[in-house]
Amino acid sequence: MSFPLLTATAAVPALGAVATAAVPAARRAAARWLALGFSLATLVLAAVQLARFDTASKTPFQFTESHAWIADFGVRYELGVDGIAVVLIGLTALLVPFVVLAGWHDADPLETSSRRWRPTQGFFALILLVEAMVVIAFEATDVFVFYIFFEAMLVPMYFLIGGFGDRAGPHTEAEAAGRRSHAAVKFLLYNLVGGLIMLAAVIGLYAVTAHQLGEGTFSLTRIVEARAAGRLDIATTTERALFLGFFFAFAVKAPLWPLHTWLPGAMTETTAPVAVLITAVVDKVGTFAMLRFCLQLFPDASRWATPVVLGLALVSILYGALLAVAQKDIKRLIAYASISHFGFIVLGIFAMTTQGQSGATLYMVNHGISTAALMLVAGFLIARRGSRLIEDYGGVQKVAPVLAGTFLVGGLATLSLPGLAPFVSEFLVLVGTFSRHPVLGAVATVGIVLAALYVLVLYQRTMTGPVAEPVRGMPDLRARELVVVTPLVVLLLVLGIYPKPVTDVLDPAVQHTMSQVHKGDPAPDVRVSDARVKDARVNDVEAAK
Amino acid sequence: MSPAAPGAVVHSLWTTAAAEAPVKIPGPVIEYAELAPVLIVLGTALVGVLVEAFLPRRLRHPAQALLAAVGLAAAFAAVVALAAGGYANGKAHPAAMGAVAVDGPALFLQGTILLTGLVAVLTFAERRLDPAAHGRPVDSFAAQAAAVPGGEAEQKAVRAGLTTTEVFPVLLFAVGGMLVFPAANDLLTLFVALEVFSLPLYVLCALARRQRLLSQEAAVKYFLLGAFSSAILLFGVALLYGYAGTVTYSGIADVVGGTPRTVTPALAATMGNDALLLIGGAMVLMGLLFKVGAVPFHMWTPDVYQGAPTPVTGFMAAATKVAAFGALLRLLYVVLPGLRWDWRPVMWGVAIVTMLIGAVVAVTQTDVKRLLAYSSIAHAGFILAGVVATSPAGVSSVLFYLGAYSFVTLGAFAVVTLVRDAGGEATQLSKWAGLGRRSPLVAAVFAVFLLAFAGIPLTSGFAGKFAVFKAAAQGGAAPLVIVGVLASAIAAFFYIRVIVLMFFNEPRPEGPTVAVPSPLTSTAIAVGLVVTVVLGVAPQYFLDLAGHAGVFVR
Repeated sequence: MSFPLLTATAAVPALGAVATAAVPAARRAAARWLALGFSLATLVLAAVQLARFDTASKTPFQFTESHAWIADFGVRYELGVDGIAVVLIGLTALLVPFVVLAGWHDADPLETSSRRWRPTQGFFALILLVEAMVVIAFEATDVFVFYIFFEAMLVPMYFLIGGFGDRAGPHTEAEAAGRRSHAAVKFLLYNLVGGLIMLAAVIGLYAVTAHQLGEGTFSLTRIVEARAAGRLDIATTTERALFLGFFFAFAVKAPLWPLHTWLPGAMTETTAPVAVLITAVVDKVGTFAMLRFCLQLFPDASRWATPVVLGLALVSILYGALLAVAQKDIKRLIAYASISHFGFIVLGIFAMTTQGQSGATLYMVNHGISTAALMLVAGFLIARRGSRLIEDYGGVQKVAPVLAGTFLVGGLATLSLPGLAPFVSEFLVLVGTFSRHPVLGAVATVGIVLAALYVLVLYQRTMTGPVAEPVRGMPDLRARELVVVTPLVVLLLVLGIYPKPVTDVLDPAVQHTMSQVHKGDPAPDVRVSDARVKDARVNDVEAAK
Repeated sequence: MSPAAPGAVVHSLWTTAAAEAPVKIPGPVIEYAELAPVLIVLGTALVGVLVEAFLPRRLRHPAQALLAAVGLAAAFAAVVALAAGGYANGKAHPAAMGAVAVDGPALFLQGTILLTGLVAVLTFAERRLDPAAHGRPVDSFAAQAAAVPGGEAEQKAVRAGLTTTEVFPVLLFAVGGMLVFPAANDLLTLFVALEVFSLPLYVLCALARRQRLLSQEAAVKYFLLGAFSSAILLFGVALLYGYAGTVTYSGIADVVGGTPRTVTPALAATMGNDALLLIGGAMVLMGLLFKVGAVPFHMWTPDVYQGAPTPVTGFMAAATKVAAFGALLRLLYVVLPGLRWDWRPVMWGVAIVTMLIGAVVAVTQTDVKRLLAYSSIAHAGFILAGVVATSPAGVSSVLFYLGAYSFVTLGAFAVVTLVRDAGGEATQLSKWAGLGRRSPLVAAVFAVFLLAFAGIPLTSGFAGKFAVFKAAAQGGAAPLVIVGVLASAIAAFFYIRVIVLMFFNEPRPEGPTVAVPSPLTSTAIAVGLVVTVVLGVAPQYFLDLAGHAGVFVR
């Protein structure tokens, strides 16, 4: 038996969580270093996955593992990664060490706390636990296994949101705790309801397969094979109902308008590193699952639902961007910007073109990196001043130029400036959408204009202008903070100029998904031919250089 | 006394006229070995009564606890031996002249009941939680059950350091009845078993050391409503007898199915009378639904759960549910399968209402024991969803759910006994604020139990819920699954609220403390926790066990 690489990638952070949680109360520093060590070890394993991943392989999943688990439920412990999963695992493993480093002191106990209360250990253990569950959710090719970890990750996330927040703010500690726990409960209820509705659909899927195949199964590969071979023929209404059950859960997680309302609260009230974990890592499971499960299990229903989903995605893009423009709170602004970006990702997925989906998958990676950069620097800024309000800042670039500079890079990435990573993906999404739905594509570009508005206004109000009194004497980024920010900025630049290594891994998987949905790209057209779009992409990339 | 006439034959009760040939009455065949679990438990209970009478007071507590534990363990060993001997499937048959079934479901449920009883003995015997009264360690039970609350006799008893060690034999009698209940194979045995386990429970409910009035009120309510439901059940039994001319399950089933073995003139006159059958069946069903705690027969649950001593509540919530659902399954699957099209819609309705009302009303509760009571109602609804599946998968899913649920319940109530303030257990939810900051371990364990109740994956609650919903969906009850999922979402809300309270709220300065228990309660909680996690992560072995036990004998 070969080395179970996928299990190991999930098991290492899980073990790390146990080890970190077991550190005695007085040895906080040890817990931090332990968490960092385990997250780096996970990164190594994820890198091994990427390095050994064969982009030329014809099999849909690689490094597969399959073991009996709960035979009565037709559940097998089946793991396997395609190009999309392996890249997203890489993103997760890459971001978590930065999250750990950025949150180095975020969970130190208050002086008044009881001596047995070990928030630091808990904080890092929970982060590693979330990482483990996210990784295994990306790897699962058994719907049930995916569901289990998709649901179970709510519990550590819930404690992270409700238990840890910004130290200094406009509110007293008790008020802040109240707002945090409110945000955490909202997060949990939204996602739990989504998950439970998905549970009904999961059970329905079992009933359908058990009825038609003789024994129930949750194996993605088996179901897809059986459908292709005509042995499994889900009735249209059943398929649509099951699709809706799955899609609802993913739309809550992603989050898609109008199911997004949990996100701003959760991201604002918790600490910046956890906000990054939510939006850059955990939410990606939602969009990833749309690609892997909604499209592949229910291709016909996906096509049926496309108009509505595209409409919701478009509303998300515009609504998120408009609300971001109006925000007074830095973290809330970033949260609404994320909603807008998730709109772009969903738009790309359901545009059902190769460019659209490949842009959407690339967008998942780029959005993770750019939001992490922006949010973490915002977190450093907020920790210095003790306020999240934009109006409390001004002229920071004169006092802390490095901080302001990195904040600008993160912001420019968020508004998809050519030359930075998100541009490539956003462009691909728009081109992919435009080739099939020209009007939608045209309207979606408004989102980019609005993005420029909210990012630049944010930068202008906080960083430029006369130095605000409380900002005077604000220290610039420290060594630890630089270690967090620099690699992210470098990655944004590198992937903006040369995204090929990532797209090479992603594209075969996207092609495979497209073939599952039986959708080819629209016929070449005199004005916008595929070849020319590809040329345009290359030209733009060249231009960006 | 008048002198007997000379030469007359003297008759008395003990002599018969020599001339008549003796009438052969066949002695009943009792398979003692197959009834061993029940006999061991009841025998131990009788020994316990003797211990109570003859052993010096200071020895009674350890002796009773040990005796009860050994008796239950021996009975469990007997169950395992029977199951290993093939009685769960191949050799399954009705024993004791057809009165008691020895088959898979019966043995599985008996095993579950015995294990819950064993864990309950641990919590019953706990003597470190309450501060010692006058230098003597005391448990959760009243010093002297007969003393008037707050009266002089009670104070005297407390000063003397009395404890009610009778609880152990009483517990054993209850367990004995519960063992027979799901195995009962005729309606009279069913009724007798019901009374044998109910009466001890009424007594146990009244025995709380603290808040005795509340406890006695609970016992009276439970007794009155219980007696009422027993009467209804008995009336139903009478009607069914009137309909079928027999009380045996297989006999009634034959008549319901239209294939009685012999048709006597009396039977021919009644067997066409569907009113007798339907009303009788409905009344028996009502009696069982009362014990299960299903809406609309759930009214007793919150008061009784709240008032009873917490170890008793834990035992009752776990074991009664197991026994009653066992009896319900057997009744529906063995006696009334021919009536499926009549009872299924009714049970659908009961399941839906039970899930929704249990979950919705629980949201407003402010007392942790009442909260768990309403949650137990909601769970009864979930289990009913598996019951209406009417398939072997439905039976085994219910069996699995019962096993999973009872250990979560025992563990959760055992944790409740630990959280105390000056007035005894602090069951007011508001007092639990910030518990996670003071005692992270206890709060974390309770959180695991709550998550299991809420059915979060990787806990036994999820595996159980998935099993019953899967069986229901395959049995064509998809709407029931959707209602169940919605009810689960509502239920999750209040479980989560308790977690919020424990972890995210600041502790109150005068809040309760967590008592350090003896190894007894610690073991009980640890067992609950281990079962919860193991059944959540690797349920296959137990699903197999329940799957093999899914067939009733007739």
